[in-house]
Amino acid sequence: MKKSNLVIGLLVLVAVIAAIVSFEPSETKKTAAVSDKVKIGFVYVGPVADAGWTYEHDRGRLAVEAEYGGKVETVFVESVSEGPDAERVIAQMASDGANAVFTTSFGYMNPTIKVAQQFPDVKFEHATGYKRADNVATYSSRFYEGRHVLGLIAGKMTKSNTIGYIASFPIPEVVRGINAAYLAAKSVNPDVKFKVIWVSTWFDPGKEADAAKALIDQGADILMQHTDSAAPMKIAEERGIYAFGQASDQAAYGPNAQLTAIIDDWAPYYVRRAGDLINGTWSSTDTWGGFDTGMVALAPYGKAVPDDVKAMAEEARKAITEGRLHAFTGPVNKQDGSPWLKSGETADDGTLLGMNFYVEGIEGSLP
Amino acid sequence: MIFVEARSETHWYHEWVAVFVALSLTVVTASILLAVMGLEPVSSLQRIFIRPLNSVYGVSELVAKATPLITIGVALALGFRAGVWNIGAEGQLVMGGLCGGAVALGFWGIDGFWVMPLVLLGGSLGGLLWGAIPAFLKVRFNANEILVSLMLTYVAILLLSVMVHGPLRDPDGFNFPESRLLHEAATLPKLFPAGRGHFGFIFAIFFALLGTWIVKRWHLGFEMRVTGLSLNAARFAGYSRDRTIWTALLIGGAVSGFAGVVEVTGNIGQLVPNISPSYGFTAIIVAFLARLHPMAVIPAGLLVALSYLAGEAAQLSLGIPAASTQVFQGLLLFFLLGTSLLVNYRVRFGRAT
Amino acid sequence: MDYGLLSSILHAVLVASTPLVFAGLGALIQERAGVLNLGIEGLMIVGALAGFATALSGFPILISIIAAALAGALLASIFALLVLRLYANPVATGLALTLFGLGLSALAGAQYVGQAAPQVDAWNIPILSHLPIAGHALFSHDPLVYLSISLAVLMWWFITKSRAGLILRAVGENHSAAHALGFSVTRIRFLAIITGGALAGIGGSYLTLVQTPLFVEGMTAGRGWIALALVVFASWRPLRVIVGAYLFGSVSIIQLHGQALGVSVASQWLSMLPYLVTIGALVIIAGRGNFSHKAPGSLGVTFRESK
Repeated sequence: MKKSNLVIGLLVLVAVIAAIVSFEPSETKKTAAVSDKVKIGFVYVGPVADAGWTYEHDRGRLAVEAEYGGKVETVFVESVSEGPDAERVIAQMASDGANAVFTTSFGYMNPTIKVAQQFPDVKFEHATGYKRADNVATYSSRFYEGRHVLGLIAGKMTKSNTIGYIASFPIPEVVRGINAAYLAAKSVNPDVKFKVIWVSTWFDPGKEADAAKALIDQGADILMQHTDSAAPMKIAEERGIYAFGQASDQAAYGPNAQLTAIIDDWAPYYVRRAGDLINGTWSSTDTWGGFDTGMVALAPYGKAVPDDVKAMAEEARKAITEGRLHAFTGPVNKQDGSPWLKSGETADDGTLLGMNFYVEGIEGSLP
Repeated sequence: MIFVEARSETHWYHEWVAVFVALSLTVVTASILLAVMGLEPVSSLQRIFIRPLNSVYGVSELVAKATPLITIGVALALGFRAGVWNIGAEGQLVMGGLCGGAVALGFWGIDGFWVMPLVLLGGSLGGLLWGAIPAFLKVRFNANEILVSLMLTYVAILLLSVMVHGPLRDPDGFNFPESRLLHEAATLPKLFPAGRGHFGFIFAIFFALLGTWIVKRWHLGFEMRVTGLSLNAARFAGYSRDRTIWTALLIGGAVSGFAGVVEVTGNIGQLVPNISPSYGFTAIIVAFLARLHPMAVIPAGLLVALSYLAGEAAQLSLGIPAASTQVFQGLLLFFLLGTSLLVNYRVRFGRAT
Repeated sequence: MDYGLLSSILHAVLVASTPLVFAGLGALIQERAGVLNLGIEGLMIVGALAGFATALSGFPILISIIAAALAGALLASIFALLVLRLYANPVATGLALTLFGLGLSALAGAQYVGQAAPQVDAWNIPILSHLPIAGHALFSHDPLVYLSISLAVLMWWFITKSRAGLILRAVGENHSAAHALGFSVTRIRFLAIITGGALAGIGGSYLTLVQTPLFVEGMTAGRGWIALALVVFASWRPLRVIVGAYLFGSVSIIQLHGQALGVSVASQWLSMLPYLVTIGALVIIAGRGNFSHKAPGSLGVTFRESK
């Protein structure tokens, strides 16, 4: 009885001390950003080290810091899953005093809108979404222009005529990419076939690697992906085939394998918007830039790419940049055979934004 | 020499001692871990455990997170007392969310005060059904309920995924695997002006009270406890082991399902592939932290909810992965389990008598 | 190199299943001794990280695998301490182990995300590797695949034919009787737990050293739980663990290939199969009175040395 009393007494003492120590007045209640620094938060769907999608967004963030130095303060959170967690993180950032929050994945759309309603004075920028509000802007990149060039290269360089495509979710952005790449590949190689595997995730190296291996086993000798890790590139390197980097230059993972990569360059857009925030000229807009504004770029061509293919790719890129060529130019039919684009007709942005069909010639169906 | 001897009698304060020791040890170990990672322990712990509570928003979030933990924790506490190990509460939660969500979507756009109760009922039934399966298999075939309920958890998550990718997918959602946003009549009201603390918390408190009443007053509670302590004694008293199994798993399933539909209608507002950050498993920790007392599940649930918030705060302000939450939770459970020894046994130093 | 689709699929199945074999064996040896360890998932991921980090630091593959085994054994010893010495509830302790292992590996592994570790090379066996289909499917694997099978055979021999294995089984079936006969139940269970932990750790390291050259938090993706189901599916017999593991492992591979071939069954239904089959197995096995098919009698029952 006595010994237990002593133990209890000691513990109560410890608890009281702990309570006292921890309840000192919390440091400077920085809930409202009274400081004159503009605070910008970034929410990432994957890790910065993914060497893909998130890596490039973070480079954009760093560009903002480099450009505006002492006038801005940036924070970021990585690997936030697109579900209820997202809402909490975005709201936390807003409540911690952020003046603006960039949410960098499609699945953050509803959480962003919800939080934006609760924090009308905070500005939000949602990537690849379609819902806007007075304090919510959207922005995206015409990746499909890059896919067009990739498709040309792939069509020319494939020997097995099978291109493997690792896709994430069947949202329009992804479907656009597949369609654009396919149309371009077919235009230089009528026998080409695309095999698509849907992995239902943006970032899962294990699944992506397995999908890559399955595609290779089924005869693909060039891989394209719309997922964020460098795993497929690594597998391609191991198996001695070719692949295209996703969202950033992944040559480090596939020195022999990478033919080129689509690079998402968010820096110019981020810097511009940060400037708007600092100057107070921010407004809700929808931005969809491509090669022309530099939001899409291509990595240097790998050594395996022959000169004539390089020239063709460069010509196409210039043509798109100058507006002479559109990745979706008719005649094109939908997969079920119904006509979509007439000869010479180009797709309008509206259809592209809501694209949920394969073009004719792609096998399989959208999940 | 260190001796571990059974106590002749256990007092209630021994349980409190055990909990305090466990908490202290967790704090100490966490501090060491933080220090090893190059972070200053005291201020770090303060930032991640205390700061989240400094605002209405923070408290609201705490309540939102604690709701499912308390709800399920109570049900599990009852079941564990009876020796029925319902490890599949997570699956029952998911089924509840799925069924309730499906009902809500089925009545989408239709208003009326009767929509919400119907949705909640649908969710509870879904969870009940999911709990009935391991109960039936155990009673009829003596199949281990731990493994069956665990396997069913995965099946439930996959089922949710199928539904959200297909039949229940938002037709205007551009093929993204999410359902429509639930309409007003199928959403639980909020409790605070900020944050997401919602009415489900009231239900959670209600369940804790109900659970306490069952344990203390209702004969069923006594029956389950005896069965959990000694099958022979239970049989001697004429208690049916089968009935205990059914009761524990049906209650566990229904309540977990209720927690699931509450999550979907209160916290998330739609069906998505991932509706629970392992609440069903964490509720097991809550039940143990509360030492299986239904009333104690309330503070236990709040504490564990705090650890979730701490993990996120850690990510935001310390830059360490949100998975650090699991380290805290795992540590807490380790120490709790270790110190539970102190309740029934006395540690004595000295010579052999 | 065209190995033929069938041969490639078989190859991939073996790769996907080998972590399950290791983890399943790890769970099995503990359960035969009467210990139900639900923490296999945590043990695997810790092993995955340990093996990955060691290989990344430039150590030879063998050292990396040993590091993974040690990590698993170390973490398992915490479990052993709690359950054997402090009489903690095994179910809760196993869960805590999983949580802690997942969290700890995420924390410690955060610095490694994005880096690629050297991989284990596949063996090139003189004649066998070049056989038409079986050559690539069966005989061109990394040494760990063959190790896993050898271990299963070794464990079968140990459990059924050796004296030590008999004692292990005795402890698992009826620990009171074993204790009465003078065997140290605690010590035997401790050894089983440590060994099981090491095996689970090696299983985890297979993920990062062979399957995917990267580490990501939570990459075990539930394999530890599958391993537990596997043991039941295999009626606690080592050789059947191989069969079960290959069955479970093949599901995800087949689903991927199915997609690429244009077959459009929602992948989730296929993914559900292993779990449903396990439940079926649990029902069938538990119902039978056949001694050799039942779970070890003292499985999950805490043994208290002195009363």
